[in-house]
Amino acid sequence: MKEFTPAPDSASIVSVTDRVKPVALGMGVTSVYFLGDRAAFVGGEENVAFVDAKGEITNVAVHSGGILSTASDGKRIVMGGDDGKVVSLDAKGDVTLLATDPKRRWIDAVALQADGGAFAWSAGKVATVKSGKAEEKSLEVPSTVGGLAFAPKGLRLAIAHYNGATLWFPNMEGSAEFLPWAGSHHAVTFSPDNKFLVTAMHEPALHGWRLADNRHMRMTGYPGRVRSMSWSAGGKGLATSGADTVIIWPFGSKDGPMGKEPAMLAPLQARVAVVACHPKNDILAAGYSDGTVLMVRLEDGAEILVRRNGTPPVAAIGWNAKGTRLAFADENGDGGLLEL
Amino acid sequence: MSEATSPKIPVTVLTGYLGAGKTTLLNRILSENHGKKYAVIVNEFGEIGIDNDLIIGADEEVFEMNNGCICCTVRGDLVRIMDGLMKRKGKFDAIIVETTGLADPAPVAQTFFVDEDVQKNARLDAVVTVADAKWLSDRLKDAPEAKNQIAFADVIVLNKTDLVSKGELAEVEARIRAINPYAKLHRTERCSVALADVLDRGAFDLDRILDIEPDFLEAGDDHDHDHDHHHHHGHDHHHHDHGHGLKHYHDEDMQSLSLKTDKPLDPNVFMPWLQNLVQVEGGKILRSKGILAFHDDDDRYVFQGVHMMLEGNHQRKWKDGEKRESRLVFIGRELPEEAIRKGFESCIVS
Repeated sequence: MKEFTPAPDSASIVSVTDRVKPVALGMGVTSVYFLGDRAAFVGGEENVAFVDAKGEITNVAVHSGGILSTASDGKRIVMGGDDGKVVSLDAKGDVTLLATDPKRRWIDAVALQADGGAFAWSAGKVATVKSGKAEEKSLEVPSTVGGLAFAPKGLRLAIAHYNGATLWFPNMEGSAEFLPWAGSHHAVTFSPDNKFLVTAMHEPALHGWRLADNRHMRMTGYPGRVRSMSWSAGGKGLATSGADTVIIWPFGSKDGPMGKEPAMLAPLQARVAVVACHPKNDILAAGYSDGTVLMVRLEDGAEILVRRNGTPPVAAIGWNAKGTRLAFADENGDGGLLEL
Repeated sequence: MSEATSPKIPVTVLTGYLGAGKTTLLNRILSENHGKKYAVIVNEFGEIGIDNDLIIGADEEVFEMNNGCICCTVRGDLVRIMDGLMKRKGKFDAIIVETTGLADPAPVAQTFFVDEDVQKNARLDAVVTVADAKWLSDRLKDAPEAKNQIAFADVIVLNKTDLVSKGELAEVEARIRAINPYAKLHRTERCSVALADVLDRGAFDLDRILDIEPDFLEAGDDHDHDHDHHHHHGHDHHHHDHGHGLKHYHDEDMQSLSLKTDKPLDPNVFMPWLQNLVQVEGGKILRSKGILAFHDDDDRYVFQGVHMMLEGNHQRKWKDGEKRESRLVFIGRELPEEAIRKGFESCIVS
């Protein structure tokens, strides 16, 4: 990928940095979601910090240790910790203990079903699903679970692990289907149209399967591991971190990105660390390893500067459900809120 | 990337065959009043007698990197655990990885070389191998894992010396030295070794390759300087001296090979030769290190490697009066000694 410096400090780029309300969280942050009117910044350990529109911070203790995994449906955040607990946090700030690993093992991954409210977590090789009042269902895969994701429709869970991913209907005995691909698979995501499954691998690559026929899609060329993936509004593109531009793979056609080049937007001389697509419009927000935050229009790559560089890497970025507010924070917990 | 980086957290890998005393050493490290907090990655819970929030269970999941290099294996569980631990930066000063008795240390070490994110946050400090003075000689004959652990070690804690006679001790030490003459060896009872001898060794730090290994490559003596008697005059028909002062065991396929020259090397020949050597023979070469004097170069070049992975750099200027000598060492199994020696000689500027 070519290097290109758009010089974000020059007059040529629109800047909204003066409209950002800075938030000093005073803790390392790993993700951010909106719950109700407040942004909820998830700390590296123990706490979630709610920040209201005025910038007021309220800390809520959720784990007694590191917070390893998070997922949110906009109504609550489900988290897994190194204390062996799965907890949820709602918009009021109430914390509910959902499950405890009997051996107090790390909860490496969690997932939350968008409609229906089922949730899943993993400790070691075992993934467990809890749906409503039904009993917990568990499945052991051949190696440690790297990531979990619910399908957009039905109660179906994708479990990423070494040498592939397993698709599983927890309510159907013997339904586990193994999708092989050599290597270690971490985060996993279904395309919103339920046609593709994509994993972020330990090596700098994504791997995809077309679920109709399990055809493989290799998405390579990244200089670094992909740690952040986000589907664009409508699911036509998958935006990813891991390069010095935002890489967006086309999933609009029935073949997905097979034989196609990805779009490369917003190049900087820094690695993209986190991406978050706008929930309604073809816009995304990207945070970089040098602290820069940009908003980028997918259509033409036009950029708006939200935060200047010169800080630790951006660690978390997220939109509210309406797409009117953006929240972000760097690894040291210096964050910001932007009202659009 | 220009990031504000915090100092890398040192990682000590603790290996040793079953029953050698790894857990004893670990408990000793953790219980000593050093004011430091360790994150300890263990395989069997419940054996650690110390209350510590940061004891993490691991599964020793080894997988091959998708780079076509079959000996390029990493510990996937470590990648995941390091990710998790980095969320708690500041809560601990160092990391200790205890492997199972049957583990090969290479995937652990390679994890710290190949994974970008792990490398950003942590540095491998040393591989410490606990060996059982009474049983090691037997294990070296029947357990390839035990052999790997000795060959790979930067520090060897030869434990349970109270259970063997002087003769047996000398024999097991000679066995260890035949495989790995470069590791620091400490004789202990119940693993009573000074913490400074096992922690913060900087064994993988290119800048400290020599500082911490005064014996490095001085194969002329047999590293017995602190031993109370001398033991290899070759009257045992099973063994004989092998030119570089170390006892050679015919039943031992794991050995070290050292090379030395005071003539300058041609970097344009040496570098491709070394790269090719570890590509072709990397499965056999467990560890390699070197300090090199290149032709027309006032800087010392140092390198080290684990199997096929090499890292090297110009270290510093040769000092006035310092002997500009190139020295290399390989530790490995069935090393093609003649070919390596010939190849090395071809790198000398004629």
